[in-house]
Parts: sequence; C-alpha cells; structure tokens
Amino acid sequence: MTSTRPVLRASGLCKTFGSGAALVRAVDGVDLDVAPGETVAIMGPSGCGKSTLLHLLGGLERSSAGEIDLAGECVSGISERALAHLRRTAIGFVFQGFYLMDELTAIENVELPGLLARRSPKAARARARELLEQVGLADRTGFLPSALSGGQRQRVAIARALINQPMIVLADEPTGNLDSTATVEVLRLFESLHESGQTLVIVTHEQRVAATADRLVSMRDGAFVDETRMTGGSRGDLGKLIGLGGE
Amino acid sequence: MKGQVVLVWRLAVRDLRRHPVEALMALLVIATAATTLTVALALSGVTNQPYQQTRLATAGPDVIAIEGGGPVSAQPVSSAQLAAAVASLTTAPGVIAHSGPYPTAYSAVRFRGHTVDVVAEGRDQAPAPVDQPKVMQGGWIRPGAVVIERGFADALGVHVGDNVRLGGLSFRVAGIAVTAAVPPYPSSLCHIACPFPAAVGSFGVPNMGLVWLTRSAVAGLARSGAPLAYLLNLKLADPAQAPAFVAQHPDTFTWQSVQSAINALIGIEQVALGVGGWLLGLLALAGLGVLASRRITEQSKRVGLLKAVGATPATVALVLLVEQLTLAVGAAAAGLLAGWLIAPLLTGTGAGLVGAPGAPSISVLAVITITVIALAVAAISSLVPAIRAARTSTVSALADAPRVPSRRPLVIAVSARLPVPLLLALRQLSRRPRRALLNTISIALTVTGIVAILASHAHIPIANLTISNLKLDRFNELTAIITVMLVILAAVNTTFIGWATAADGRFSSALERALGATAGQVTAGLSMAALLPALPGAIIGIPLGIGVYHLLASGTPLTVPPAWQLAGVLLATLLAVTVLTAIPSRLSARRSPAQVLQTE
Repeated sequence: MTSTRPVLRASGLCKTFGSGAALVRAVDGVDLDVAPGETVAIMGPSGCGKSTLLHLLGGLERSSAGEIDLAGECVSGISERALAHLRRTAIGFVFQGFYLMDELTAIENVELPGLLARRSPKAARARARELLEQVGLADRTGFLPSALSGGQRQRVAIARALINQPMIVLADEPTGNLDSTATVEVLRLFESLHESGQTLVIVTHEQRVAATADRLVSMRDGAFVDETRMTGGSRGDLGKLIGLGGE
Repeated sequence: MKGQVVLVWRLAVRDLRRHPVEALMALLVIATAATTLTVALALSGVTNQPYQQTRLATAGPDVIAIEGGGPVSAQPVSSAQLAAAVASLTTAPGVIAHSGPYPTAYSAVRFRGHTVDVVAEGRDQAPAPVDQPKVMQGGWIRPGAVVIERGFADALGVHVGDNVRLGGLSFRVAGIAVTAAVPPYPSSLCHIACPFPAAVGSFGVPNMGLVWLTRSAVAGLARSGAPLAYLLNLKLADPAQAPAFVAQHPDTFTWQSVQSAINALIGIEQVALGVGGWLLGLLALAGLGVLASRRITEQSKRVGLLKAVGATPATVALVLLVEQLTLAVGAAAAGLLAGWLIAPLLTGTGAGLVGAPGAPSISVLAVITITVIALAVAAISSLVPAIRAARTSTVSALADAPRVPSRRPLVIAVSARLPVPLLLALRQLSRRPRRALLNTISIALTVTGIVAILASHAHIPIANLTISNLKLDRFNELTAIITVMLVILAAVNTTFIGWATAADGRFSSALERALGATAGQVTAGLSMAALLPALPGAIIGIPLGIGVYHLLASGTPLTVPPAWQLAGVLLATLLAVTVLTAIPSRLSARRSPAQVLQTE
C-alpha cells in the first residue's frame, strides 16, 4: 500500500431489480475505496447483495445508480465493449463454482483469458504454465477439471484470474465449495498473492477467509453496516489462528 | 389413480407453459417436418401408374382415328366418306371393338370472364364400349349439359352445377370425368394429332380443354362456324400391336402416344417430385435429430427436480412422455393438415387421370408413418433423460452435472491461433460435433435440392415445341413450390440449430464474457459455429445436386447450371445461415453473464 490513490472506488452504488411493490434493492448506496495491494473482505449473510456488488465492481452487471472508478477512470457509463476490455485486462474473477471449461485441461483453462486478450498462443501458454507452477499445480497442467480435486480446481481458477496481470482480483466465495484442507490451500494462495502486492476483494461469509484481509466490511440488506481494519491481516493473530503466516 | 393422472398432466402442462419458447420451437420443428414428410409421402402416390388405371377404368382405346378436320373454310367430310373410313377401320384385322365416330368441334369455353380453347366431343347418352369417360363427379351428358375433363375443370375452377358458355350458348355442367383417349389438360388432342390447324398458332399449340356434349350440341357448334372432325376409338385384340396398326392406317394414333404425351408432361415432374420428396424427408429427419438431442439436454435437470420431490422414475418418465406427446401429437396433426393442403399444389397435372386425383390421398400408411416418427421423437426426448435419471442418484440428477463435452485437442490447439470469434466458434463446435454434422447435412440437402432444380432448368430447352412449353410451365411451378418448401424447412432447421447452440452454449458464452470476450465476439462466435459446418454442406451440395439430377433424369447429358447461379446459391445460403443464427446468438449474448452464471 504505497499509493494513496485507490485502485477501485465505488460511490453511491445501487442495484435494483424489479419495480413497484416488487422492487428489490440488492445493493443500496455502497461506497468503497480499495487501495493498491489491499485485501478487502466483504462479509454478510446469504442474499445481502455481496455477489451482486462484486458483479457490479467487475463490470459483469451495470449499476442502477452510482459510479465506479478503476485506476482513477470512471467506468460506469462505458460501452459494453469497453467493459469487456476492462474484464480481460484489469480485472480477474474467481468464482465459488470454479467455472472451468470441462473439456479444457488446466493449462488450457488458464490460458483462455490470455487468448481472449490477444496474447500470442505461445506467450499465453508460457504464462499459464508459470502461474500453474505458482499455484502448485505444475504436475497437473494436462489434467481435465474432472480429474482435479475441488481445491485444485479453485487454484486453476485463481491462476486463470491472474493471467492478464489484473489490477484487481475479485473473488466470490472462493472457498464456498471446498473442504477444510482445500480452504487452507486456497487461503495460502491468497496470502501469497497479497504478499506479492495483488489487490484483492473477497466476498465471503466465512470468518477464516475474512481473517486474511486487511479490511473487513460487513454488509446487510445491500448496504455496508460496519468496517473493521484488521491488524496485520493474515500475518496477524487471526492469520496464525487459521495456520497462515506469522511463522 | 385419478390423482396421479391429474398430477402428471398438470406437471406436463405447467412445464410447457413455463418454457413457451422451447415448446414453440419443438412444435415448429416437428410440425414443419411432419408437413414435409406428408407431402413427400403423398407424392409417392402420384408416381404410380395413373394412365394404366385410367385405361382400365374407361375401357381406353388402343388406336384413335381422326377423320376430317382442316381449315375452317374446307369442306366438311361427307357422310359417305366417313362411313367408308369407319368401315375400313372397324373391319381391319385385329380390331375387336370400337366406338364412334364422334363429331368433335374446335371451340372456346367462357367461364367467369376466362375464355379457353376447347375440343368439344359429341357423345351418346348411352355408355360406349370403348372410351367411356369415367364420371368422377356429377353425371353423364344430357341435352343442354356438358361434362368437363377433370384436369380442365380443376384449372378452370368449374364445378358440377355451374354454367359455362360454349359457342355462344349456355350449358350446365352435368359432371366431371376422366378419359384415356387424349392426354389431360393442359395437354390435348392437338399435342398428338391436331385436326384443327386453326388451333395451332405461331407459338405452338395453346393449352386446350376437353368437354363432352351431346352429338346435337356439337353439330350446333359446327353450324355456328366451328371446325369439325370425327374421332373413332378402336380396341385391338393385342394392344401392343397398336403401333403396327397405326403404321398401316393414316390419320390414326396409338394409346402409347397418349401415354408418351402424358409422360412427357409429368415424367420430369415425377423426377422432381421424387427427388424433392426425398430431400424434404431427409431434411425433416435432420431437424428432428437436433430437436431430440436438444430436448434430452433440456430435460436432464427437470428430471432431478422431480426425483428430489419424490417422483419415482416411472412418474418422471410419464410426465416427460405426456409433455412430449402433447407437443408431438399437436405438431403431427398440424403438419398432416398443412401437408394435405400443400400436396395438391404439386400434383395438379395428374388431376386428369384416375389414381392421381386433384388432392393426392394422404394414405393411412402416411398418417401412421408420420405419427410414429413424431411419437418416436417424443419418446426419445423423454425416455432417454428418464432412463438416465433412473440410473443416477437424485443428488447427481439435481446437480445436472454436465457430461464432459467431447474434447478435440487439435481443434483447441488450432483455435488458439485464430481470432477470438473463430476461437470461440471452433471450441463451441468441438463440444457438439454431432449437431455440427446434422447442420452440415441439413445445408447439404437444401443446396442439393436447389442445385438439382437449377440443373433441371438449365437442361430443359425453351423451345416453341408444343408439349415443351406446357412441361416448362408446369415444371417451373412445381420446382418453385419444392424450392420454397426446402428453403422454409432449412430455415426452420437452421434457426433451431442456432437457437439450440446458443441455449446449450449459454454457460460457456457467459463465462467467456466474464473472462473478457465482448458480446459481439460471443455473438459472432455462435453464428460462426453454425456457419462453419454450413460451408462444407453448401459446397458438397453443389456437385451432389448436379449428380442427383443427372442420375435421376437418366439419359440426359450432364448439366451444370451457370457459375453465377451456383455462386449465388452458395453466397445466399451462407448469408441466410448467418442472419438466421445471428438472431438467437445475439439474444443469448445480450443476457447478463452474471445472471447466467448464477442460474446455470
């Protein structure tokens, strides 16, 4: 966190569905600044709007009101094409359900966003291999998702999110489908990303994941209700409690 | 039991209501396929031997003799001349029966503002031993009444009980009949041996009808200036000897020449009907194949839901079956009706013959065949997912874990080097290779049909020969209808394939967009996924079409349509595929990727 200018800034962000009596305010006036290298965890009960907020921040959905700035540039009103460009260059997504292409091997899944970003096939493959090594799956590059464990699949998904060196990685319940061992594997990976200066926004309802963050934001009924700055993030006491950092 | 039936029915109907687009697409594909199959099967009846049946039903003559005739100013044949000619023919060796001579005048009929040339034959009210026209509707001639040849009546739109004007007099239409003595409308006596030179204009013989009147009525036409001739029908001991008989007697013609005139008119049509029927049938089956596979995919998750709420595998199968049967039966009925209405448009020429009536019969066999095919599609669409579900646990069925799509490492490697839309298209194709194959077959069949029709048009000479003009008119009409049907069916199939590709690729498209592909790239990718298999299909269809026409129109030289026409077919096909698949692709790509990812 060497710069004070936020990588991502959301102000007055709203998202509504339906109309009249059936109007639902999924996100209701959210303000959020994410500094470079910061890990922000957003917690809250199911249906409180966490995932919708993440989709808005990542340009997967358009907001009903409010603004989003990415690296100082307003991206709220930009074209669909520009949003797609943003998704493939500045943002990396990690989903709860992994969302890997079943017919592609681990390395082919990881290189896909690189190919969409028009990297040369050779460069995309080299970068994918490097990332798979980084996430500890160097020996699984040619495996199909069906041959990988849940934790391994999520690590492939994380590697895929990183291939275009995004400014920010948005993770939606990244450990929601994982058992304890796999959760710790993924948390270690997020920790190493955090240490390398990667900006992360993680939506979760799991305390252990939140404990790895620099800042914890609580959400309820579409709005932020509390914010806690963590001391030391995963390197602090909470991190030690779950077996991360603090050696 | 009653409660179970009500439950099954409710579940089936509600699911259909909940997915109206899917239900409508299924209905459309089955109905279109059923229509074309109905037409294809109905056409097979037309290619039977209608002339032989007509000869049997009407005691058709083996030889027809013409006496008299000539220009208007010429002296009519005298009674003595006529008697002598008749005596020499009816007593000739081999002749076992005869009828006539019948006075025959060249005149014109007026009906509802239309005036058409006719040959009016004077007949007795008593049945003739040779060539007694078979009355198909109404009755036989009587004073003041006329009987009209069926092909002519169909063309004129005249019915029993109508009034027509002949030689300035009004006649009531007593009946509609068929004969084997002259070829049916639009052909006529004058296409074989014309005793009325006035009928032959500079552009050949016009379309001429045939009517039967009483002898006295024909005499009346002659008195008002109509040229007159006499027809004598002869029956031989051996009908095969007719050509030899004719060779010895001038002004006679054989039953074989009547048959040739009919075949000249409908022979090329029969080829077109046969080829068109087969192509339409195969095209319909290709569409049904795609439909069945799509329905199986659609139903998998629903099976899981039903099992989760306690339905047994049998109930699940029953619900799906009822749902699919409702669609299939409705669509098959609509298709049969549409086919029944369309088929007569294709078989007009045969209307003048027994066995090929104006509305070709939709046989019980055709109804059963179409119903069985529709039900088979319904059964496969419902039973395959039901059986799959019975074999898997409820949790797995509910999770709707997709089967791992087929993997083509070479395609994946090659596509990595291509622009993004092509990359997406090739990978989409490699996931569903069988659908791509059906798409190729569908387009290949369509182009084959169109090119075969173009080849036939390129082959038929446009000459001022009498029968060729009729042939050409009728053939153009027929092939235009077949072309329209082929194009409509192919359009329905292509749209459905595009929609099914977009629907099946909804998740992968949403993920690709989440990973940075634009909506335009995804749309282009889905369109190309339909276009790429269409390209080889269209290319293969060109030589196939030329070959099919060459094979079926045996004896004709190899005919290749002009290059510009072939290029036009190729480009138009690819353009049509692009447009038809772009619509469902675009609609699919417009959905929010976040919503799709959350709901899939």
